[in-house]
Amino acid sequence: MARTREIQKLYPQPSQNLFLARDLDRPPVLECRRLGINFGGLEAVSEFDLAIGPTEITGLIGPNGAGKTTVFNLLTKVYEPSRGSILLNGRDTMGMTTADLNKAGIARTFQNIRLFRNMSVEDNVKVAMDNSISCGLPSAIFRLPKYWKAERHAHVRAMELLSIFGLQGLAGAKAGSLPYGAQRRLEIVRALATKPSLLLLDEPAAGMNPAETAELMETIGRIRDEFQIAILLIEHDMNLVMGICDGIAVLNFGRIIAKGTPEDIQNNPAVIEAYLGSRKERS
Amino acid sequence: MKNDSSWIRIPMPVRYLINICLIAGLWLLISSLVNAGVITNYWKGILITVGINIILAASLNISVGYLGQLPLGHAGFMAVGAYSAAIYMKSTPAAELIRSGSRSAALPYLLAAIAISALVAGIFGILIGIPALRLKGDYLAIITLGFGEIIRVTITNIDSLLGFKFTYGAAGLARIPKYTTLGNCFIMVVLSLGLIHMLMKSRFGRAILAVRDNEIAAESVGVNTTRYKTMAFVVSAMLAGIAGCLYAGYLGSLYPSTFKFMKSIEILVMVVLGGMGSMLGSVISAAVLTVLPELLRAFSDYRMVAYSLLLVIMMIFRPTGLMGSYDFSMTGLIEELINRAAGRSAKGGQ
Ligand SMILES: Nc1ncnc2c1ncn2[C@@H]1O[C@H](COP(=O)(O)OP(=O)(O)OP(=O)(O)O)[C@@H](O)[C@H]1O
Ligand SMILES: [Mg+2]
Repeated sequence: MARTREIQKLYPQPSQNLFLARDLDRPPVLECRRLGINFGGLEAVSEFDLAIGPTEITGLIGPNGAGKTTVFNLLTKVYEPSRGSILLNGRDTMGMTTADLNKAGIARTFQNIRLFRNMSVEDNVKVAMDNSISCGLPSAIFRLPKYWKAERHAHVRAMELLSIFGLQGLAGAKAGSLPYGAQRRLEIVRALATKPSLLLLDEPAAGMNPAETAELMETIGRIRDEFQIAILLIEHDMNLVMGICDGIAVLNFGRIIAKGTPEDIQNNPAVIEAYLGSRKERS
Repeated sequence: MKNDSSWIRIPMPVRYLINICLIAGLWLLISSLVNAGVITNYWKGILITVGINIILAASLNISVGYLGQLPLGHAGFMAVGAYSAAIYMKSTPAAELIRSGSRSAALPYLLAAIAISALVAGIFGILIGIPALRLKGDYLAIITLGFGEIIRVTITNIDSLLGFKFTYGAAGLARIPKYTTLGNCFIMVVLSLGLIHMLMKSRFGRAILAVRDNEIAAESVGVNTTRYKTMAFVVSAMLAGIAGCLYAGYLGSLYPSTFKFMKSIEILVMVVLGGMGSMLGSVISAAVLTVLPELLRAFSDYRMVAYSLLLVIMMIFRPTGLMGSYDFSMTGLIEELINRAAGRSAKGGQ
C-alpha cells in the first residue's frame, strides 16, 4: 500500500497497480487509461486501467469471454480502441499501427497460434528481426558484403534466441510441422526477436503438459531477468499465474474487478464469485 | 541431418560459380545447336516466345505464389512495357543500325528500352499497388482486372497524341526495330530469374513470404506489410514490362488486341499449373504451354478448351500444381550427392 501511494505521487494518473521496489524510480512501460471497445452493442472491454512496471510480470486472468484477448488486441492495435488511451514508455500510441507499436516496444503471441507455417523455424525468427537488419535492396540483390554480414549476424542471433527454448535443433524444420508445445515456444522466441520492452503472452501454457508448463514457468522468469523486460500474461493455469506473477488483474465482463498481489487475489471474494459464478452458469 | 556439422556444405561463392558455369553451358549448347542448324529459324522464334513467357510466368508467380495475391491484369503491365519500349525504339536510329547489321551499336538503345519499359510498368505498378494493397482482402484482383482493360481500351483509342502518331490504335504499331534476339532474350531470362531468386532469398523475400503466411502475425513483429506487398507487386510489374519490351522487339508490330484479359489468364494458368510459389514450376509450365500449342497447331481451335480441361484435371489430381511450392537447387543436388558419396544420407540419423 505504501508503494502504491508512492507511485501515485510520481504519476498524476493514479494506477492502483502493484509496483516492484526495483521499478519505482522508473516510469511504467505501459499505462492504459480508461481503455474501452464496443462490438456492436457489446461492451467487450471498458474502464480498463492498468500500469505495468519495466520489469514486472503481470497476470491478466478471468473467465472465458471476459475480454482478455481483446485487451491484447487493443494494446497491439489489431482493434482501434473506442475509448481511452494507451501510453507506451510514456508516449501516447494514438494513430500508431500494429507494426509501429511493435517497433515502439510491444511484442505478442497469439491464443490461436499464428506462425509463418510454411517457413522454417529459423526464418520465422529472422522475419521478426527485419527492422534491426541493416541491409538495403541493392546489397541484397547484388549480394554485397553487407548482405553476408547482416545474414550471418541474423543467423547467430536467431540461433541464440532459439536455444533459450531448446529449439535450435529444429531450426531447419517447417514451423507448421512442429508439435503444439514447440509452436507455442517458437511464438515467444519470435516475439523476443523484435527486442520488445513489453511482452504479451496469450495463454502460453495452453495445451502443454504439467512438465512442459513447469519448464515454461521457469523460462518466463528467466526471460524477464535476462532481457529486463515487462511481461503481461493471460493464463488459465492458476499454478503458473500465482507462481510467477508480481501483480494480477482480474477481468470479468470486460471490467477489472480486482487488482493486487497473488495473495490478495486468491482471497478476494469478488474474484471467487466471478469464477464460481461463471462455472455455475456453464453447468 | 542437414543441421549436423558433419554435413558437407558447398560454400556460397562456389555455389554461385557452379550456377554461372551451368548457365554458360546451357547457352553454349543452345548456340551450337543453332549453328549446327538443328534449331531452325522457326524454332528460334518459338524459343524466344518461351523466354518471354518464362519471364511473364515467373514474374506473376511473385504476386500469386510468394505474395498470395491474385492479380488479373498482368497483360496490362506487359502492354505498357511493350508500347513504351516500341515507341522509344522507333524514335531512335536503332532500326537503321540493326538493318545495317551493326547490332552492337544499337545496344545502348536496347538497354535504354529495357530500362524504360521496366520503369513505366513499375510506375503503373506503384499507382495500382499502393491503394489496392493497403486494404486486406482480394481488392487487387478487381483493381488489376480493371487496369488491364483500361490500358487496352486506352491504347486502342489514343492512336495519336498532341498531333503525333502515338500508338496507332487498333490498326497496330508497326515497323518496330526487331531488336530481340535469342541471345538477349536468354540473358534477360537469366537476369530476371536471378533477380527473383536474390530477392526472395533475402530479408525482403522472407518478409514477403511472412505476409502471405500470416498478415496479422507479420504486422505484430513489426513488418510493414503494405511496403512489402507493394515491393513484390512492383517487381512483378516491372518484369512483365521487360517481357513486353522483348515481345515488341521480337514481333516488330503491336496490336492492342494481343493484351486482352485472356492473355492475363494464360499467364495465370502457367503459374497455377507450375505450382504457386515454385519458380521452377513456372519455368517448366511456361515452356510446355508455349511449345505444346505449336506442336498441336492443327487443333488450335480447341486450345482454350484444352487449357480449361487441363486446369480442371490438375485441380482434381494435383491442386498444388506440378511442383507444389518446391524450388529446385542444382547446387543443393550436387551437395546431396557429395554427402551420399561420403556415406551420409540427408535423412539418416548419424
Ligand atoms: N471481433 C469481434 N467481434 C465481435 N465480438 C468479439 C470480437 N472479438 C471478441 N468478441 C467478443 O468479446 C468478448 C471477449 O472476447 P475475448 O476473446 O477477449 O475473451 P477472452 O477473455 O480472451 O476469452 P478466452 O479465455 O476464451 O480466450 C467475447 O464475448 C467475444 O465474443
Ligand atoms: Mg482469449
